[in-house]
Amino acid sequence: MSAAEEVVAEGHQAVEAVPKRAMTLGTGTSLVVLAALLIVPMFVKNFVIFQMTMLLIYGLAVLALNILTGGSGQFSLGQSAFYAVGAYTSAVLMEHANINYALTIPISAVVCFGFGYLFGKPALRLSGVYLALATFALATAMPQLLKLNFLEHWTGGVQGLVVTKPDAPFGLPMSQDTWLYYFTLIVTIAIYMLSVNLLRSRSGRAFMAIRDNEIAASSMGVNVALYKTLAFGVSAAITGIAGSLGAIAVQFVAPDSYTITLAISLFLGMVVGGVGWLPGSFVGAAFIIFVPNMAESISKGLSGAVFGVLLFLVIYLVPHGARQIAIIGQQLVGKFKKN
Amino acid sequence: MELFTNQVLAGIATGAIYACMALAVVMIYQAIDHLNFAQGEMAMFSTFISWQLMQWGVPYWAAFVITLAFSFAAGIAIERILFKPLTKAPVLTNVAGFIALFAIINSSAGLIWDFTIKQYPTPFGSAPFLGSQLISTHQAGMIGVTILLLLGLYFFFQYTRIGLAMRAAASVPESARLVGINTSWMIALGWGMATAIGSIAGMLIAPVVFLEPNMMGGVLIYGFAAAVLGGLTSPFGAVVGGFLVGVFENLAGTYIPGVGNELKLPIALALIISVLVVKPAGLFGRHIVKRV
Repeated sequence: MSAAEEVVAEGHQAVEAVPKRAMTLGTGTSLVVLAALLIVPMFVKNFVIFQMTMLLIYGLAVLALNILTGGSGQFSLGQSAFYAVGAYTSAVLMEHANINYALTIPISAVVCFGFGYLFGKPALRLSGVYLALATFALATAMPQLLKLNFLEHWTGGVQGLVVTKPDAPFGLPMSQDTWLYYFTLIVTIAIYMLSVNLLRSRSGRAFMAIRDNEIAASSMGVNVALYKTLAFGVSAAITGIAGSLGAIAVQFVAPDSYTITLAISLFLGMVVGGVGWLPGSFVGAAFIIFVPNMAESISKGLSGAVFGVLLFLVIYLVPHGARQIAIIGQQLVGKFKKN
Repeated sequence: MELFTNQVLAGIATGAIYACMALAVVMIYQAIDHLNFAQGEMAMFSTFISWQLMQWGVPYWAAFVITLAFSFAAGIAIERILFKPLTKAPVLTNVAGFIALFAIINSSAGLIWDFTIKQYPTPFGSAPFLGSQLISTHQAGMIGVTILLLLGLYFFFQYTRIGLAMRAAASVPESARLVGINTSWMIALGWGMATAIGSIAGMLIAPVVFLEPNMMGGVLIYGFAAAVLGGLTSPFGAVVGGFLVGVFENLAGTYIPGVGNELKLPIALALIISVLVVKPAGLFGRHIVKRV
């Protein structure tokens, strides 16, 4: 075909614009959810508590992707790599340097921020599918890099590392799982609030301006390169924290836990939860944790097909994810109040 | 020097596989503007259909033609039934749809034909080609078919009315509709053609990688990489990209110390990304200018 340059009319952007206020939950709803998260673990079995912990952890990872894609409009299939770096940072520090688990989390956040920021630099030149391919390359490379011989002393090679699960501090009368759950909950709430504030701040507005129109944003004085790499850094840092928590919760890190499958799951979580709607991240996390199990219990041989069909159902019913349900709910409540 | 030429030849031979797949990827990208993650699985399923036909005693070329027709129809059906309702949905939702389709096809193929590896026949034979140990007649045949396919597509898009209509529908849908092109059916046609090309790729690849439900995983990744390297808007670029990726991969495996089979893929991808950083639209891609 001809090499002539082509002009594409506006109105065909990859990530649709989400109004800033629509990105969070109202105060009332947030408090109800928070109360439920605090109380439920007191009445359920340890395994359910473990699953809830994983839900918060994956929720954080999806939230991180949401900031990157829903916030700044950059697409990533490489989140599993950042997750792996976070997990390994914590595991290595805990097992080789005997550092307290709680202290490893800020360290892996800093390490991952640096990693993400540096990766964001060359990725600046790329967008859309090209960026998807670049991040995808990172995701496929990561398990292989972790297996490299000269790192084996630290990473344990293919075998991976076993992580000790921390006890509850101050002699609190709760099981390890319950303590870890509350610990994860505290971290999650802190990060959630920081993320909401980040998106409401000047930087958040810059992210969204870039998402909606890069050229317009740069002509309004937004430093596009800075904010795009910053979005990568922040997203990587949060994913790294999720990875650290994940390593502690699962008590094990191995290269093959962090393949491209994880990155694809996180992506699906974001779509199901609603791109650009932060609370949806946790709905999406629930989807990627529970629906595969559900599919497995419906049919062992066809679990993949059942999962696919369920996913299709979800995207037919709510193409904009859980956000759409929230908006419908809000409208219903509004009508109810009027009557 | 002989090692070098041999590796390049071997690279071209594997590159033919990637080129085939990349061509299918570019076809569908032209029609729908997305990368279809389920493309490899669709090709795998078609290949299984042809294998089943041959098991029932249908001769190779008859099975080939039937499979081609089936894939074309199936591609159109998938678009009409599954993806037409998602036309208005956000792009990322469509991508999730591809992943769902991937899971459905992969799992059903596993259930119908199970996961054991199967032999797949080749129409070209597998003797050494022109006395070279590195390229077999099958691989030479594959390269030949890929080039024929490319020529066919070129003539279809440049010199037929329907090819022109498809190009118009893909590049400026609004204007295309105004001159009376049914853009929605052009998309379906694009799916049909991409699936048919994918099935050809599948049937040519199967004798090399053997037939099983996961055979396309690796190939599709290289196919994507090749398509992106060549520029997603250019079928010619896709084929060149395919051969380049094959050669890259082989040379990296031979000359960079410490690169086993496992690191071949990341290194090939890293090389491609470094090319993209210099030429963001791919080697032969059209540069798209956005209006503010």
